[in-house]
Amino acid sequence: MDIIKTEHLTKNFKDLTAVDNISFTVQKGEIFGFLGPNGAGKTTTIKMLTTLLHPTNGTAEIAGHDIINKRDDVRKSIGVVFQEPALDTELTGVENLDFHARMYGISKKRRGERINEVFELVDLTDKKDVLVKNYSGGMKRRLEIARGLMHFPKVLFLDEPTLGLDAQTRQAIWKYIKKMNREEKTTIFLTTHYMDEADNLCNRIGIIDHGKILVMDSIRNLKQSIGNDVITLSSTDNQKLLTELKQKDWVKKTETYDDHLTLGVQQGDEKIPIIIERAQKLDIKIKSISVRQPTLDDVFISYTGRTMRDEETKNITVPPRFKRGR
Amino acid sequence: MMNLEIQAIYVMWLRQMKRFVRSKSRLVVSIIQPLFFLLILGSGFNQFQLADIGNIDYRSFLAPGIITMAIVFSSMFTGISVLWDKQFGFLQEVLVAPVSRLSIIIGRTLGGASVALVQGFIILLISIFLGIPFPGPLGILLILLFMIFTAFTAVGFGLIFASKMNDFQSFPIIMNLVMMPLILLSSAFFTVIDTPMLLTIARVNPVFYMVDGLRGSLFGPAYLGSLYVNPPLINLIVVVSLSLITISVGSYSFSKSEA
Ligand SMILES: Nc1ncnc2c1ncn2[C@@H]1O[C@H](COP(=O)(O)OP(=O)(O)OP(=O)(O)O)[C@@H](O)[C@H]1O
Ligand SMILES: [Mg+2]
Repeated sequence: MDIIKTEHLTKNFKDLTAVDNISFTVQKGEIFGFLGPNGAGKTTTIKMLTTLLHPTNGTAEIAGHDIINKRDDVRKSIGVVFQEPALDTELTGVENLDFHARMYGISKKRRGERINEVFELVDLTDKKDVLVKNYSGGMKRRLEIARGLMHFPKVLFLDEPTLGLDAQTRQAIWKYIKKMNREEKTTIFLTTHYMDEADNLCNRIGIIDHGKILVMDSIRNLKQSIGNDVITLSSTDNQKLLTELKQKDWVKKTETYDDHLTLGVQQGDEKIPIIIERAQKLDIKIKSISVRQPTLDDVFISYTGRTMRDEETKNITVPPRFKRGR
Repeated sequence: MMNLEIQAIYVMWLRQMKRFVRSKSRLVVSIIQPLFFLLILGSGFNQFQLADIGNIDYRSFLAPGIITMAIVFSSMFTGISVLWDKQFGFLQEVLVAPVSRLSIIIGRTLGGASVALVQGFIILLISIFLGIPFPGPLGILLILLFMIFTAFTAVGFGLIFASKMNDFQSFPIIMNLVMMPLILLSSAFFTVIDTPMLLTIARVNPVFYMVDGLRGSLFGPAYLGSLYVNPPLINLIVVVSLSLITISVGSYSFSKSEA
């Protein structure tokens, strides 16, 4: 069953098209990820799907409810953890959750139990009655995830759930996300610009850039699409070698960098001698050559033509959660 | 369904109250500051025999003005604090909940008004302790009504400002450039009865009707025309109408806002 279904969803801000005519579906029970660099349009998509922004064009359905005409039904079916913290820091953890539970109509009897349950899930039980302004960044994030789950949403939206957190906290959060997907059967839609996060969590991802979905598939298929193995090599004349190798039908994808090439192939270790032989015939010296399994980085490069890191060094943005001080 | 909206109103109200009670500095400032006015300004000017206010001491004359000022500032603050919620992201959490924006506004307005009323009453009690006349039961009722609708009007004003401003840097500017002149020209500190120009200016100043009404309710009909200008009921009608207008415009602007 399609729990999220978008049709030609588009958002313009003045003359900028932040989300450009995207159509996709997410199945019930999936962990689906939107992978894309800063400014790709991930947050804008989430804001439209969660009824906070009105689409310029197109529409979407969440759990069978239209995001434009049936806002209230949509709002009842979803939980959201925004990219920027959305807690009342002058209240305690329990108070934040209690307010949430009331606004979602959870009965008095269930409220207390459920609050304990979700605190348990994110290991914050001992911080329940502490004012949120005295939580660490990671604790705030965990509290927000707990809150998003309070009312048993059918879909939980997580916008960059681990942005700016340390490695340990990130892994803990991944664990909670998997746990609630498994135990509460929550469908999860998350955005990230961390490859390892997408790799670790998602069944399926969409790569989004400049508001467009470039490709969407299971991570396994995506990796296979660029070959089972990736050969990285550098030589005295990369350009010439590339022209030669491109003609071979066993070379699935190629990428050129400043001083090395990558080739997507099947059975990479068997191809290395062939490549070396070819190079020798052309009088090119191979300086280094290696073979490895493809990563999401390779997938990303092959579809966007650049690394995520390029993008990030170009526009270094301080995430808002840092600017404010925790 | 209905229950959900009531819960939303309750939550927004409770949140204001909790934040107020926890913010000790706000509690202290909001009570100490008016007291300074009342004690220092009141006692200072008391030594001059102000002809036009007759046998009433200046402190008693000042009390309704200071109470109104405290309520107006506190309520404006609640209205404008929507901006804080926007800045700190909490507004998104509220806007994505399955409750109507009207309930959110109602809850917030009631919360802001309650906080302002608590402050208003504390100052009133202190003023009575300092010797202003004790109003009769009708006076008390009128005082209550004026305080409530003054608070509503100011919360509404705050909401309107909040929807026009995008950052809260402009907050002090509005307080100083807009609110201070309105308060100073409202007859809070000096009577405007004998100066036709001041009276004309006062008549287009919403704060004037609040101060004049509160003063009328406090002193009773005997002082009509000497201490205050309009009969309290007239003032009340004006203030109630004002509150309806500002709250409607304020909630409309809020409901149009995107997070
Ligand atoms: N309210 C707005 N007004 C104008 N432009 C906006 C607005 N919100 C977003 N944009 C623009 O839309 C584009 C997409 O922004 P969006 O926040 O969706 O990116 P993102 O993929 O979430 O990026 P990040 O990884 O940095 O969070 C950006 O170019 C951004 O500047
Ligand atoms: Mg974003």
